[in-house]
Amino acid sequence: MRALTWQGKHDVRVETVPDPGIVNPRDAIIRITSTAICGSDLHLYDHTIPGMKSGDVLGHEFMGEVVEVGSASHKLKVGQRVVVPFVIACGGCFFCQKQQFAACDNSNPAEKSDPSEMAYGYPMAAAFGYSHLTGGYAGGQAEYARVPFADVGPIVIPDGIDDDKVLFLSDILPTGWMAAVNCDIEPGDVVAVWGCGPVGLFAVQSALALGAHRVIAIDHHPRRLQLAQKLGAEIIDFEQVQVREALYEMTGGIGPDACIDAVGMESHGMTPDNILDHVKVKTFMATDRVHALRQIILATRKGGRVSIPGVYGGIADKFPIGALMEKGLTIKSGQTHVQKYTAQLLEMILEGQLDTTFLISHRMDLEDAAEGYANFKEKQNEYTKVVLKPKFRRH
Amino acid sequence: MAKRNVPYGDAPEATRKKANPAAAGIPAAEDDDVLVARSVTINRPRRELYEFWRDFRNLPIFMENIESVTIIDGVRSHWRVKGPAESTLEWDSVVTEDVPGEVIAWTSAEGASVPNAGRIEFKDSGNKRGTIVTATMAYDPPGTKLGTLVAKMLGREPKIQARRDLRRFKQLMETGEVPTSEPPVAAPRAN
Repeated sequence: MRALTWQGKHDVRVETVPDPGIVNPRDAIIRITSTAICGSDLHLYDHTIPGMKSGDVLGHEFMGEVVEVGSASHKLKVGQRVVVPFVIACGGCFFCQKQQFAACDNSNPAEKSDPSEMAYGYPMAAAFGYSHLTGGYAGGQAEYARVPFADVGPIVIPDGIDDDKVLFLSDILPTGWMAAVNCDIEPGDVVAVWGCGPVGLFAVQSALALGAHRVIAIDHHPRRLQLAQKLGAEIIDFEQVQVREALYEMTGGIGPDACIDAVGMESHGMTPDNILDHVKVKTFMATDRVHALRQIILATRKGGRVSIPGVYGGIADKFPIGALMEKGLTIKSGQTHVQKYTAQLLEMILEGQLDTTFLISHRMDLEDAAEGYANFKEKQNEYTKVVLKPKFRRH
Repeated sequence: MAKRNVPYGDAPEATRKKANPAAAGIPAAEDDDVLVARSVTINRPRRELYEFWRDFRNLPIFMENIESVTIIDGVRSHWRVKGPAESTLEWDSVVTEDVPGEVIAWTSAEGASVPNAGRIEFKDSGNKRGTIVTATMAYDPPGTKLGTLVAKMLGREPKIQARRDLRRFKQLMETGEVPTSEPPVAAPRAN
């Protein structure tokens, strides 16, 4: 089959690789009809996440048609259309039973679990196409994918619903939703969202749906800020404005009740702390640039909440622990427990309460995936979301 | 197991900086043996876990280094295990303690190339999380310190091996399968 493979920093190529097959009884094989490039794929593209091997198939946002099921995969039937969560979860361990699917104890193969146990204290759950730290499973930017525990993750899509409406159930929609849920929004709350990439925009939409009184979105790309504005957010361009002063004034000196970091470890901006972080990352004195998170911790009101859906992998320097403690902030974070939210969010999409198609700026053939990566990274203003479709050109 | 006089608190013996194999429940071990212990919580009843483990022929399903276990009689079995540098180690093992649903202990018979002894304990978690399975092993490593280092690099160092084998046991018992991303079929890749 054809698949997008990682070869090294800023080097991804579509190549012919072997077809996947059923290996374990609960597996299914999916013929992929749509797959997207995620902002977190850019961390792999930039090689800021360790544990990649040349030749790995990328992609963790995908959907398609079930073409084969294993002997113990009783939920899915051949021919059904499904969206596949990026997190691989067994459904039976302590964590899955608490619906903390992104903490599944079983999906990461035993021989792949040592590095994350060493780095984080306990091994991470597995994800599709996201380095050997999280399992080394092949991703879905391909014609076919093997889906382990297919009786737990994939959600069946009714006929007649276009791929573009539901594809983002695989990751970014539940991720934006969980980011807003983690804000514990109360009536009257003002929620500020750093980063108007796909997750930030869905967090804006979700915070409003969950009852936020006002949402303030922060970015520097005009088109992305416009999209946030269309969803109902007030906007701040951090290149034009002092963000903390603006938030102070816009909230009458109280500050946002909850703040969402939808930026993660590759923060932009030309402030002194961020430039220093750049130097430290280049010289291996730190691994994660945390400019946005520092600003968030200072901007959040006393007793407020901080929600971090943005991806971090390592260690940060100059973390404002004093502000965190003295102001009594609550932080919630984590990879998304996708399986917990898919049924509810599919329902909201089908009832017209959530729209995800506004985000898609480009639809491309899988063969052109490398160009999609380069443009998604370099032209963030125009390329808000790239959806890849195998054999798209023939349509 | 008899309650020990522990001046250093409630932590298991094997987590002590200078652990003593006999105090960890392996009386057959020498004081200078390497002691390895690891616990895992498995969301299944302890009787089921005990029974699966007690049929030693099941062990190669989740223990990567075991080539085969042949049952000789009710207490004796013959083990073929991958050693460092493509070698195969073989020995007979004798069950020294067997309490259904609770504990299985063994020691290698006279003349084993890697004298070893250990115990697997199965305890209810007490908080409805299933069974806490604790594997404790003591062994006299083959060859030199360098041999142990090489084995470690190959992933065959017993501590790493025990960790991975227990994870696979948990995976198998909780999910019915052992997850894998082995190329090419389980996880296709270029090259």
